[in-house]
Formats: sequence, structure tokens, C-alpha cells
Amino acid sequence: MFAFIVRRFLQAVFVMLVISLIGFSIQHQIGDPVRDLVGISVSKKEREALREKLGLNDPFFIQYGRFLKKALHGDLGRSFFYKKPAVDVILSKAPATLELVFVTSILVIVFSIPLGIYCAIFPKKFLSRLIMGASVVGVSIPVFLTAIMLIYIFSVKLGVMPSFGRGELVHIGGYWYSGLFTWDGLKHLVMPSIALTSIMLPLFVRLIRAEMMEVLESEYIRFAWAKGLKPKRIWFVHAFKNTLLPVITVGGVQLGTLIAFTILTESVFQWQGLGFLFVEAVERADTTLLVSYLIFVGFVFVLINTLVDIIYGLVNPMVRITGKK
Amino acid sequence: MSTKWQQFKNSYFFHSFIHDKVAIVSFVVLVMLVVCSFSAPIIAPHDPYDTTTIDVLDAETPPIWMEGGNPNFLLGTDAQGRDILSTMLYGMRVSLLIGLGAVFLQAFLGVVIGLIAGYFGGKLDSLLMRLADVQLSFSTLMVAIFISAIFQAFFGINKYEELAVPFLIIVIGLAEWPQYARTVRASVLAEKKKEYVEAAKVIGFGSGRIMWKHILPNTLSPILVISTIQVANAIMSEAALSFLGLGMPVTKPSLGSLINSGFEYIFSGSWWITIFPGILLVILILVINLLGDWLRDVLNPKLYKG
Repeated sequence: MFAFIVRRFLQAVFVMLVISLIGFSIQHQIGDPVRDLVGISVSKKEREALREKLGLNDPFFIQYGRFLKKALHGDLGRSFFYKKPAVDVILSKAPATLELVFVTSILVIVFSIPLGIYCAIFPKKFLSRLIMGASVVGVSIPVFLTAIMLIYIFSVKLGVMPSFGRGELVHIGGYWYSGLFTWDGLKHLVMPSIALTSIMLPLFVRLIRAEMMEVLESEYIRFAWAKGLKPKRIWFVHAFKNTLLPVITVGGVQLGTLIAFTILTESVFQWQGLGFLFVEAVERADTTLLVSYLIFVGFVFVLINTLVDIIYGLVNPMVRITGKK
Repeated sequence: MSTKWQQFKNSYFFHSFIHDKVAIVSFVVLVMLVVCSFSAPIIAPHDPYDTTTIDVLDAETPPIWMEGGNPNFLLGTDAQGRDILSTMLYGMRVSLLIGLGAVFLQAFLGVVIGLIAGYFGGKLDSLLMRLADVQLSFSTLMVAIFISAIFQAFFGINKYEELAVPFLIIVIGLAEWPQYARTVRASVLAEKKKEYVEAAKVIGFGSGRIMWKHILPNTLSPILVISTIQVANAIMSEAALSFLGLGMPVTKPSLGSLINSGFEYIFSGSWWITIFPGILLVILILVINLLGDWLRDVLNPKLYKG
């Protein structure tokens, strides 16, 4: 088990190094830290002097080493647009995205588990067919289109829902301004989280159904039936437990999908979170911020995937013996 | 030829097709959409690329059944005065081209890598599959968004727009090869043990010939199933990229960039600029997904989950 955790950890460090190398080479190639510092109204000679002073004429890998060292101390450079350290900008936007993802996750968990289980237990019933049909339609509607429809119906036509922004916020502490504790903030949260749920929910309903159906076919479930156990006990205790494991791993993989969909949802609702920040950084060619976002998201992503793998290894001995899925 | 047709007509494949209404309807709709989009230069009432025929005075004309509609423009016009119906047809052609192109690329890469990994096995196999695992754990859309953002920053927006079509094909194509590679590898592992492969080896055929001519044809059904769903995914990814302004430019729009360009006008009530391309996109993806689901049920291949 220890060897498994170490191996997983080393792999995570390696992936982070690759991400940081990519990030750094982008910054190295297209970013201009001198412009970011002094603007464009400084003479060429002064710029050259500044370049030398900042060590921008050093070999690539020496600069990369310096970049890594600074990154480990939580310094990823300054944002050209915000005139602030990029890490500060990212941390100040992160709570907005976290709140959106948090509410969406709750909605997805609350709905996908009962729906998925129902469809797996009674695959032939009308309601199951309806749910599965709806889920195909659900995955076929792009999230930005759902968002636009919601805005058109509830904001433009009916005028009952706010169409953009986060509304009234409460300061919780540090970088965290929350919209979860005011009526206005919650109201602003409704449509973005529904849009995001509309695309994530069908994925998980289908996943839970497929896994559960596979488990229900297995030998030990047949044995449980033969033993004469109550159906409820078989479904919810014996079968469901073994359905959860693969759902957790595949769910971890879906994190990347969630990040992508968050970018789309946030850009439609102008939700002041990380995704919107990313789109703005691209439009403004704010390279430092762009790279910091990539490294930050990469870090969160690798961290969560590694944790999921380790938890999976802890509960499922088969994984740690062979070392892979 | 007629016997081939007879054979096909008696097959289980055809039988389950004509007994599944959803499959028939999806197929017919898909064929119609594909034909309409590729014959767009002939059937479209206007040419949206021809700037001389566009009049800004026609901008934001509502669809024909609404007040102020113009019989010239069946579904209304967009903010630049282009006919929505024609732009949609041309846009769908771009979306389909990119989707199909990307799937060809990923299928080619995935099949080659899957065959090699499965056939030769050993260290090469575990290296390639490890690579596939890492690549799969980053979702396509996320990777595609990041790479296009980087490229746009690198090349500048004007150069980027010129290269948009091949670039999108490459980005979406490169991001999804592991799906194919894992499935092909799994089938190759099963096929490799069979006698016909051994017979081919005994005759003295080279590895390349055995892989391409003997094993590959037996792994076609999972490839077919994945391809269908991947086309829908690729079209969806392209639309998402274009919506973010990282894909096709408004001057040469795909369905995604049409939706994007109409988005700001829904606040002033011009819903048709966004909603019509949106509906078309949903129908296109939906019928492909439905066909994919049906194919999976009929061919029932062993697919790699996840």
C-alpha cells in the first residue's frame, strides 16, 4: 500500500512538473514581463537594462528553475491587467467558482443516485425509458445553449431572474465573499447552477445506471436472490455499495469535464469566477494570469485525481496489487 | 451485387434497424441534415460569404411569421443582415467538416496506437496505455480550450482565424485518441489468441500485414460505435470552442460561433439569431447520439468505460 501511494505521488509530481514546464514556456515565448511592469512608454535602452536586471537573458532552464522556485513560494508573477499578483487574483475569484460547483455537485448527487438506481432496477419500465431518453437529450444540449435559453425565458421574457453576476455578497473572511447567505446572492446562483447541472446530471445518471446494471448481473447478487434476501436489501446494501466505487473513479475523471463546462457557464452568466477570469485573460492577452490559471487548475486537478486514486486503492485491494485499474 | 444487397437485407443489423422507429427517424433526419449542409451553395437562398449581397439595413429582421418579417428571409437575419437560414446551412457544413475531420484523425491515431500496443505488448504497451490514461484524465474539452487559448495568444487573433479549420481538427483530433486506442487494444488482445492469427504467423506474414489485414477487420464494430458518438462529441467541442471565441470566426461561422454572435442580441429581443442555430445544433448532435446508442445496443461490442 505504501509503495502504491508513493508511486501515485511521484506520478502526480511528474505531471505537475510537465504542466509547469508547459506553462513556463508559454510565458517565456509570448509574455513580455517588461511590458507588464513598465508599459510601452519606456525607451528601448532602459528596457534592455531592465531585461538584464530581471535575468530575462539567462538560459531557458535557469529561468525555469527560478520560476519553479518562486512558484513553490506561491508567486506566479503579476497580472498585467489587474496590476496585482496573479495568485491573489485567482484566489479572490476561486470562491465564486467553488460555490457554483458546490451547489451543482449537491444537485447532481441528490438527483443522479435515485434516478440511476431506478433505471438500473427497472430498465423496462416506462419511467426508466423516459429518464434515459431525457438523458440523451440532456447530453446533446450544449451547456451554453441551456444557459442562453434560461436567460431568454426567465430574464428577458419573464423578467423574474437576474441574468448575470453574483448579486449581493457577504464577506466571510480572507478572499472569500459568499453569495450563499443573501437572498439576492442565492437568486443569482439558481440559473448558473441549473445550467451546469443540466449537463452533468445525465452523464452521472447514465454512469450509475450502467455500473449498477453490471453489478446486478454478477454472481454474488444472484446468490443473494437465491438465498431469499429482501429485494431492498439486495439493491441498496449489496449492489449499491459496489456500484459506488467505479462511479467515484470515473467521477474523478469527469472533473476535467466539469472544469470545461464551468468555463462555458461562467462566460454566459458573467459569473465572476475562475472560468470567466480565464476567458477574459485570453481576450486581454494577459499571459501571466493565463499561465497562473493553467498551473492552478492543473494543480487542483492532479491533487483531486491523486486523492481519488489513493482512496480507491485503500478500499479496493485489487488496485494496489496490480498498481493500475 | 444483388446477392450482397440480399444478404444485407436479411441481416440482423438491417432487421433491427427497420424495427426501431427511433433509429429510422434519426437516420433520415441525419441524412437530410448532411445533404442540406453539403449542398448549401446550391439550395441556400443567399450566400452569406458574399459581402456584396448583404445589406446592413436588413439587420435583425425577424422570422417571416412575425411582425416586420421579410419574405426574402425565411428565418430572419442576423446583426449584419445575413440570412439566418443560409448562414445556418453553411455553418452546419463547417461544423460537420470539423467534426468528421477530427474523428478521422483520432480514429487513425487511436487505431494505430491500439494495434501496436495490443499486438506487441510488453513495455511499449504499458507505456502507451499509461499515456492514454493520463491523457484521458484531462477531458477533451478542457485540453482543447487550453490549447486553443494558448495558440490564440501565440499567433494573434488574425492569423488564428485563417488557420481555424485545420487547427480545430488537429486539437479535437489529438485530444481523444485514447478512446480508440484502449478499445482497439482490448479487441486485439482477444483476437491475438485466436487460431487464424497463429495460422497467418505460421505462413510467415509480417506483423504489419497481420495487424492491418487480419486483426483490424475483426475490431471494426467497436470502432464504428465509438466513431458515431465521437462525431457528436467533436461537433459539441467545436461549438463550445467557437462559443468561447476560440474557434471559427464570425466571418466564416460554424453553428457555435453563430450562437455566440447572436447571444448579445437576445437582450434586445432578437432571439432568432441564437435560437435557430442552437436548435439545429441540438438536433444534429441528438440524432447522432441516438444512432450511436442504437448501434451500441445492436452490435453490443465490449467497450471501454470511462
